[in-house]
Amino acid sequence: MLEVKDLKVNYGAVQALDGISLTVNDGEIVSLIGANGAGKTTTLRTITGLEKAASGSIVFDGHDLRKTEPSKIINLKLAHVPEGRHIFPEMTVEENLEMGAYADPVGMSETMQDVYTRFPRLKERRRQLAGTLSGGEQQMLAVGRALMAKPKMILMDEPSMGLSPLLVQEIFDIIQEVNKQGITILLVEQNAQMALSISDRAYVLETGHITIQGKASDLLNDERVKKAYLGQ
Amino acid sequence: MTFSLFFQSIVNGLNLGATYALIALGYTMVYGIIRMINFAHGDFIMIGAYTLFYTVPLMVNNGMPAWLAVFAAIVVCAIVGVLVEIFAYRPVRKAGPMSALITALAMSIFLQNLAMVLFGARPHNVAAIFSLPSVTVAGVTISLNVVLTIAIGLAIMLGLQLFVKKTKLGKAMRAVPQDRDASTLMGINVNKIITVTFAIGSALAAVAALMYCTTYPRVTNNMGTTMGMKAFIAAVLGGIGVIPGAMLGGVLIGLIEVFVRLFAPGWYEAVTYGTLIVILLVKPSGILGRNTGEKV
Ligand SMILES: Nc1ncnc2c1ncn2[C@@H]1O[C@H](COP(=O)(O)OP(=O)(O)O)[C@@H](O)[C@H]1O
Ligand SMILES: [Mg+2]
Repeated sequence: MLEVKDLKVNYGAVQALDGISLTVNDGEIVSLIGANGAGKTTTLRTITGLEKAASGSIVFDGHDLRKTEPSKIINLKLAHVPEGRHIFPEMTVEENLEMGAYADPVGMSETMQDVYTRFPRLKERRRQLAGTLSGGEQQMLAVGRALMAKPKMILMDEPSMGLSPLLVQEIFDIIQEVNKQGITILLVEQNAQMALSISDRAYVLETGHITIQGKASDLLNDERVKKAYLGQ
Repeated sequence: MTFSLFFQSIVNGLNLGATYALIALGYTMVYGIIRMINFAHGDFIMIGAYTLFYTVPLMVNNGMPAWLAVFAAIVVCAIVGVLVEIFAYRPVRKAGPMSALITALAMSIFLQNLAMVLFGARPHNVAAIFSLPSVTVAGVTISLNVVLTIAIGLAIMLGLQLFVKKTKLGKAMRAVPQDRDASTLMGINVNKIITVTFAIGSALAAVAALMYCTTYPRVTNNMGTTMGMKAFIAAVLGGIGVIPGAMLGGVLIGLIEVFVRLFAPGWYEAVTYGTLIVILLVKPSGILGRNTGEKV
């Protein structure tokens, strides 16, 4: 479904990605783990066109994303829940969800009902300005907003960041539920233990290189992964 | 002060204030979306006013109502605004705020000099746009022309509020200033929205030109400098980047101008800038500005 090949990305003179390749198949949860600054966010942002690649290829569902105008990528049903949530703080919760359906407003009210059923909290707060929500609620809103686009695949960047352990569990449950409904997930996480436990496969990114890849269950038992990312 | 004078001053203040408000909206919308003060915005009023100067007689000679000329002014201003954005501002957008500032100042000087070359330095008098009578109610004489322009100004502001709150394009215009990356991810073409914002802001300047020329029918190549400065103060006073703030700030500056001129003619600048300084000391983000979020 998503195929990234030899992707290189630079920020000025700084090389953030030095030729990474990864594949996500239809229906999978794949996680991308790695330390702070490894290039995880850069990978996701380049896939959805927020950063420009220096070279390499990104193909989603047969479309060359490097040649796709960034604002048109959502039309291919590829959504991105960015690091730091990026909700619209001065819009209400409901307006944020409406923005999620901006590219494809057909059937918006039903999709919104589904989102409200999944996140009752958002329904309670639907007239509230999104900037006044708690961190956990904002994260739910960011996921809800992505679902409003009726995506085939969602890129999620550190959805558990800054959340209480209870909310972390909740967000991982939601990711699994969403995936069971047929949405493919590429998950970026620092919480490697949790990410690997819900994923089919995983990649380990170290300073712009993919160093380890394989089945998530194998990575959970990999000595290098255990040492560097699982604190064992 | 008699009641009659007081009431008339309120009307005049609202008239001037609504004009400033429409101009302030142009500053604030552009600032909101690209964090840049478009110093050439004041000159768009001049362009609108010259368009009225040439098209009002055209309308009248063809048996059409003079005010239809405003549509010509709107089209001309919107086109100039879009061209300025695409060819002058967009290329320097990534070069930092100082380059943008200098480009905008240069654009202002360029437009004023271009007008001087095209139309000369001598003031032009715009023919009457509205010719409604004055009425006397309870001893107060009011020009219905002025009442009409206030009504037009308020209607446009109300329309703009509804537009940004309710329409898809309006929502995109609110989304882009709040979060550009998220807007792109939602499917909003950010460059297109910036262009639309310039078009709307410039079109509002054309309407402001109509309102201004109804009361003060004189056009000069540098009329935009003073008008622009006052409207810019209004935008900052109300909270730059905030649409209702520009409206409130404009009306306040208009009322202050009329009343100070009435009581203490020499004190006008001192009072206006004094108000601005006091408000910014008390609330740095302006009356309706949010203290949280990005700073000005
Ligand atoms: N906008 C930027 N400008 C310059 N360097 C950046 C920018 N964003 C990220 N980087 C650098 O690129 C590298 C990868 O960052 P990032 O993709 O954010 O990593 P991660 O998400 O894995 O923490 C880091 O060295 C970071 O400092
Ligand atoms: Mg990151």
